[in-house]
Amino acid sequence: MARQLSRRKFVVYSLAASTLTVAAPLGCDAATAEGAEPTAAATRTPSDVLVTGTDGEMLVLEVTKANKVVVRLPRVEVGQGVTTAVAMMIAEELDARLVDVAIPLADARTKGNQFTGGSSSVSSLYGPARELAALARAKLVTAAARRWNLPARSLRTRNTKVIAPDGRSATFGSLTASAARIRRPAVSSKPKPASRHRVIGKPTTRIDARDIVTGKAKYAGDLAVAGAKPTVVVRPPTLGGKLVSVDSRVARAMPGVHAVVKVAGGVAVVAESFHHAFRARDALRITWAPGPLVSLSDAAIRSRLRAAVPRLGDPPRGSTQTEGEFEFAFVSHAPMEVLTAVADVRANRAEIWFSSQTPMDARASIASAVGLPESKVKVHVMRGGGSFGRRLNHDAAIEAALISKAARRPVKLMWSRADDIRHGRMRPASHHRIRASHARGRVVAFTHATASVSESYEGQGLSAQGSAQGPAQGRVTPAVARAAGPLPSDSGLYNFGRVSGDSGSVELAIPLGAWRSVDSGTMRTAEEIVVDEVARSLGKDPVAFRRTTLRDKAVKAVLDKVADAGDWGRTLPAGQAQGVAVHEEYGSCVACLVEIDAADPKNPRVTKVVMAADVGTAVNPRGLEAQLMGTAIDGISTVLQAGLHIDRGAVRESSYADFHYARQRHAPLSFEAHIMPSRREPGGAGELGVPAAAGAVANAYARATGTKPRRFPLNF
Amino acid sequence: MPSYSFVLNGKPVTVEAPADMPLLWVLRDMLNVTGPKYGCGVGVCRACTSHLDGGEIQPCVVRVADCANREVTTIEGLADGDTLHPVQQAWLDRDVAQCGFCQPGQIMAAAALLKKTPHPTDADIDDIENVCRCGTYSRIREAIKKAAANG
Repeated sequence: MARQLSRRKFVVYSLAASTLTVAAPLGCDAATAEGAEPTAAATRTPSDVLVTGTDGEMLVLEVTKANKVVVRLPRVEVGQGVTTAVAMMIAEELDARLVDVAIPLADARTKGNQFTGGSSSVSSLYGPARELAALARAKLVTAAARRWNLPARSLRTRNTKVIAPDGRSATFGSLTASAARIRRPAVSSKPKPASRHRVIGKPTTRIDARDIVTGKAKYAGDLAVAGAKPTVVVRPPTLGGKLVSVDSRVARAMPGVHAVVKVAGGVAVVAESFHHAFRARDALRITWAPGPLVSLSDAAIRSRLRAAVPRLGDPPRGSTQTEGEFEFAFVSHAPMEVLTAVADVRANRAEIWFSSQTPMDARASIASAVGLPESKVKVHVMRGGGSFGRRLNHDAAIEAALISKAARRPVKLMWSRADDIRHGRMRPASHHRIRASHARGRVVAFTHATASVSESYEGQGLSAQGSAQGPAQGRVTPAVARAAGPLPSDSGLYNFGRVSGDSGSVELAIPLGAWRSVDSGTMRTAEEIVVDEVARSLGKDPVAFRRTTLRDKAVKAVLDKVADAGDWGRTLPAGQAQGVAVHEEYGSCVACLVEIDAADPKNPRVTKVVMAADVGTAVNPRGLEAQLMGTAIDGISTVLQAGLHIDRGAVRESSYADFHYARQRHAPLSFEAHIMPSRREPGGAGELGVPAAAGAVANAYARATGTKPRRFPLNF
Repeated sequence: MPSYSFVLNGKPVTVEAPADMPLLWVLRDMLNVTGPKYGCGVGVCRACTSHLDGGEIQPCVVRVADCANREVTTIEGLADGDTLHPVQQAWLDRDVAQCGFCQPGQIMAAAALLKKTPHPTDADIDDIENVCRCGTYSRIREAIKKAAANG
């Protein structure tokens, strides 16, 4: 059931500075928020604590003399729209214009929560960001009141200005120096009640949209860091293959080649341009030893997974069984921007630029890899061209640092698309055995046993893996290795009697990573297929069956919304059908209805998608709609057509030519997202839609073709 | 080293580069024009899509020698000063972008399509091959129709 986020109190601090600067501590992420508040300060009232020095741990807001409100965000922007959402929270409470709010990404810090993942960014920032801005507003108003010798209560704030009843106004920038000296604001420093929100909840265009459409948005590969030369790595044909020998004479003699160095994963070439680097890479004469999986292909992996699924216990006596076994292939994250990192490693310091969901862990890993103290390693977090979980790991940054160190020069390392797809990371392949037991028209027991591939490290140090998982509370934790298997599904979603689950795993030396919605993307997808099959065996309509068996009102409401908006049950020609699925996670819930044309089962087209989501307060409904739209395409891709094959220890695919992530011709001609009104605190949203979309696509395909989909992607 | 002159976003440029150097790396690594993105290097993802003499190209698979004495337009050259091209404006109005990485290529592909086919059908839009890993396709479709209506 929906986890209710506790309403937390935040203590906000003022920083000693010549401009108004306030700070709120950021604890761990929302899922583990208990005890996040600094207890020592808990009894103090806001603003009476003066903090000096570092902004580690803190969300810091500064009002500059140029009338800009700057919040250095300890999160990464990878397209999910977190910078826009935070800018909206700040603009709301300050009554600042959105264009006056800047949200640069913070460098890696030493303490606090700098983790982007688990769909936790908005929920973890919603309190601190608004508290921060509300306090800043109160101080600015107080400073204006003193300047004008007017009662603070009589002043208003609007458009990044304080306005007096007589029409006089002062920009925040003009007040910032005096506001910095205010200890006790003369007006409330509490955030507005939701009823007065004018920015939060209003569909808002991304703050970086203009930069993007004009080509000005800068990613790591677009940086011009002095002397950082284009660098590529030749990698083995098989996963984990080892370099036996390299003859680099021809490559070194080629024009524009600066350095050729061996690294753990292959051989790196540093050159004048990526053209020169690729040419020299292709001129290296290398003998490779095959990797540890050279005798392994998909069929064997599938049978090992099947064998690793724990057996299901006995069903309740007298019950009838609806059972299914499901298989999911490996899936590449394949963000549009390939892994790219600029590294400048010197004898006594290092500086790295790349897009990271876990910059604190990255800094520790890089420091350890290059043999420098962490305090000498600076990590600049860049916006990322997509992630989907891929940038939780920092393999490329560590590699870039090691190349820079070995080549004794700054480098701009870029993985080629083939590197990205053939050398991971990937969503692990998995096998699922699900059984629903029913008696007298009701499900009385539901059990789901699964096995997935987990990553074994073949004796390599963790630092070479660049792995990270979970909030960066500590340093590089041993928990970077995945848990043995996915957690059993929280199938309390339905009134299905006794719910149980178990998991097994197959350890393989395959680079894996959390993929948007992690285990739910496979587990909950498979479960939603079984829910449809149970309904069918009970002679019930999939929507009606869900409506009577779902526990939570909010989930029923999103289901009803899509059924209504999507005209559930309408007549469609042969070969076409609707499908539906729901999901609940991150304190949010979602339903998805799709229509598919599978008249040609080998070439199906999802023609229409209707989604409805209840995420609590939707800070930016337009951003939420975009996230849902993306998860719909993820569902279409992973269920119908996009996956990776393993052939004799190597990934078969090498670009978007054979990794069939959806194109425009696979996308629905019609997409709608319905956002349920809510004043609850925000839940998570970025990953929420994947299982519902995937489940709905599979269920629609099943109904259109009269088949039982079992192995994904279906056309592979 | 041979030298090639072409017009880039309205200004003449000359580069010394190997004849077979892909235009993408001439733009990015020599001229610091970074709007066109590398996404695959084999003309498949189309994140680098730009225009050559007004027609769509993938600079990752076009040799610099083949651009000599011609006009290259990248995303940086699409707007008329501060006035956005109708396609860029439609992109902004529909808030199409998510991570933004494929969007310069998407916009250049859409602009080239509208030049050839001012009122594209859904089937024409389906023919656009550019990958968007964030899955912004529905908004891309709407933005193209909006730009067509406005243009």
